[in-house]
Amino acid sequence: MNDVENVKAIKGGEFLIRETAAESIFIPEEWDEEQLMIAETCTNFIAQQVAPNLNRIDAQEEGLMAHLMDEAGALGLLGISVPETYGGFGKDFKTSMLVTEKLGAGNSFSVAFSAHSGIGTLPILYYGNDAQKQKYIPKLASGEWKGAYCLTEPSSGSDANSGKARAKLTEDGKHYLITGQKMWITNAGFADVFTVFAKIDNDENLSAFIVEKGFEGITLNTEEHKMGIKGSSTRQVFFNDCKVPVENLLSERQNGFKIAVNILNIGRMKLGGGTVGASKEVISMAVKYANEREQFGRAISKYGAIRHKLAQQAILTYAAEAAVYRASQNMEEATELLMESGLDETKAKLKGTEQFAIEAAIIKVHASEVLDYVVDEGVQIYGGMGYSAEAPMERAYRDSRINRIFEGTNEINRMLTVDMMLKRAMKGELDLMGPAQKVAGELMSIPDFSAGGEEGLFTKEKKYIANFKKAILMVAGAAVQKLMTQLGKEQEVLMNLADMLIELYVSESLQLRVEKLVGLRGEDSCKEQLDMMRVYINDAAEKIARSGKEALNSFAEGDEKRMMMMGLKRYTKTEDVNTTQARRNIAAKLIAENKYCF
Amino acid sequence: MKILVCISQVPDTSTKVILKDNNTAIESAGVTYIINPYDEWYGLIRAIELKESGVASEIDLVIVGYANTEPVIRKALALGGDKAIRIDADSNDPYLTAVYIADYAGSMNYDLILCGKESIDYNNGTVGSMIAELLDMDYIGFATELKTEGNTAIVKREIEGGEETDSCNFPLVISCQKGVAEARIPNMRGIMAARTRPLDIVTPAGIECVSSILSYELPPAKAGVKLVDPADMDHLVELLHSEAKVI
Repeated sequence: MNDVENVKAIKGGEFLIRETAAESIFIPEEWDEEQLMIAETCTNFIAQQVAPNLNRIDAQEEGLMAHLMDEAGALGLLGISVPETYGGFGKDFKTSMLVTEKLGAGNSFSVAFSAHSGIGTLPILYYGNDAQKQKYIPKLASGEWKGAYCLTEPSSGSDANSGKARAKLTEDGKHYLITGQKMWITNAGFADVFTVFAKIDNDENLSAFIVEKGFEGITLNTEEHKMGIKGSSTRQVFFNDCKVPVENLLSERQNGFKIAVNILNIGRMKLGGGTVGASKEVISMAVKYANEREQFGRAISKYGAIRHKLAQQAILTYAAEAAVYRASQNMEEATELLMESGLDETKAKLKGTEQFAIEAAIIKVHASEVLDYVVDEGVQIYGGMGYSAEAPMERAYRDSRINRIFEGTNEINRMLTVDMMLKRAMKGELDLMGPAQKVAGELMSIPDFSAGGEEGLFTKEKKYIANFKKAILMVAGAAVQKLMTQLGKEQEVLMNLADMLIELYVSESLQLRVEKLVGLRGEDSCKEQLDMMRVYINDAAEKIARSGKEALNSFAEGDEKRMMMMGLKRYTKTEDVNTTQARRNIAAKLIAENKYCF
Repeated sequence: MKILVCISQVPDTSTKVILKDNNTAIESAGVTYIINPYDEWYGLIRAIELKESGVASEIDLVIVGYANTEPVIRKALALGGDKAIRIDADSNDPYLTAVYIADYAGSMNYDLILCGKESIDYNNGTVGSMIAELLDMDYIGFATELKTEGNTAIVKREIEGGEETDSCNFPLVISCQKGVAEARIPNMRGIMAARTRPLDIVTPAGIECVSSILSYELPPAKAGVKLVDPADMDHLVELLHSEAKVI
């Protein structure tokens, strides 16, 4: 675990057992001129076309959302990562993530955008044959046609493969007739192309079909009344013997569930980017309000209670962003390696994404919970005005909430995080046993109190993170040993382990980001970022300790438990940090800049 | 028609101006630069519209500045323009800037030279008219509308208390302001093309600078705002009379 391996592609999930070199990760401070220009185009689009129209969008004014999608299409924003041969711009995954992040500040519009360019376009792009791609992708990339994705049914949400929608071949063998009811279909109201999941005859697994709006047998229900993202079209779609040409079967029969899962992996990562973008926007609003609003004769940004909130919003957002782009880069590198080994681009992209499914789930959970924290404190900073629909914070608060539910609920994603990690260990893809046994051995030995050489700027934090890994390996190892096949049913323990993994991944991503940044800009220019790292890791240690303790208390006992509790204490021990002063420093910078500025 | 659009780089409108070196220089560290809005929103976009409608055949962009102005000129190229010329010199002095641009443009046979009515940093508003004088071209300043009819430009411009419509044959220099065109957002195609469009670097004409800046001064801090109850107009009148002394 001590070998820093600066090899190109770290494998998905390996962050638990391997150290990563700061130079090997991508950090957002490295965007090039062209990427910054693309980001500015997105920001200007939101500021000029979306933000002034949010009330009209939320009222679902006829044709407005489709018009905004057309405008985004004209700017080229719907085809960022679509290859140039299919009318897109062939940009890498990070750049499309940057676009998702910047458009993430667009409330309901960002949902329409993400659904169209993600689940609406990618199934055809990644799994379609050339004829299907030629027919649909250029129109989706330009925005001429809008896409939607029909997976969820009234009785099958998280358990997606249990759907009741059925497809049967017509006697002449030329069409499938799809019958079923799909629910929570984003963009349904104006979509031209639907990717629909249904089981053919009595198949065990889903198949996927490309269905055009004009095919016979499609009926749309009225718009759902939702808590937030009110401007996003969400309807039920009914298929009643909907006649779909056989050439519109996507990929192979029964491959639908795999398509659904793989597209969700990308969607989860993208959701992370989008929520980071929304968080930044909300922080900027909160800082501006705090600087303008006066109470007791001073701007409320002068008060410590408010400064604490502003700083905490920024710390969490900066950390989430570090994780999003670290994983995006990893996925891209894995894809490149797979292409070098002879896989075609589409297959390499899918496999590369699948490799980082653990990280995608972690990012989805963390970033959506960060946004919920940010909007919650945003409302609080706005005080009474935060509760008023006249001010923008009320909408941000409502719109944020869905992110913890769609693209797999955060509970499902937490379970997946642990499940995928353990499955990979069992398959021999990830050597968790070796490092776990090493930790178990270390537990029995006397702790090493010797001073470990010269202390650098990141020595302590690196040590803490290495210890977090030991804490997780110890608790997870014991859970597997004690609960064995029952572990899958002990969902509370899975949640504890997932929370520990999330805190580890984000802490490490943040530490590596700040280390790389200091290398680029020098320590003096990164004071607030160093403070963010110290506060985050300090808090992460406490969270990891708490989750570990809860898990151990649930299944361990006797001397063994006592020994592991002592180990947990040792592995989550950190030196005192004056987090109050650190947060004050971070807040001071935000307040001076009058916006999110990191 | 061949058009030259003059572009300058200015600090973002939200920049906090910090003076340094005993108030003889402005701190540039931490400043975000943008294309001067009058050059971008009006001059450049109108030139692009003229090309899109088939009136113009070629658009060149020119900037006076060092290598650090290149991101801004590439952003201008992302909006439109066939090539860019960077005259490798400082652009703080309007006369020098005009001389450099005129020196370059003199032999290039431009039919129309467009610039913003002023740059939002030093606000001199004189470069366009000086270029016209140096090149012996006609000049119309502060245009709010620019149309063409054959070899003639029909230009509306603001005058004191009203509006004037001029017609003038090309070649011509026009400085532009609000009304000439609408702002645009660079699209992906333009952004990707910007990299491949030529950016020539030109050595400035050798000329001595005749002016120098002695010092800068920040405007006085804004005084606090007094809120008056709408029901108490007498109080407002009293304040305007006794404190503001305007009535």
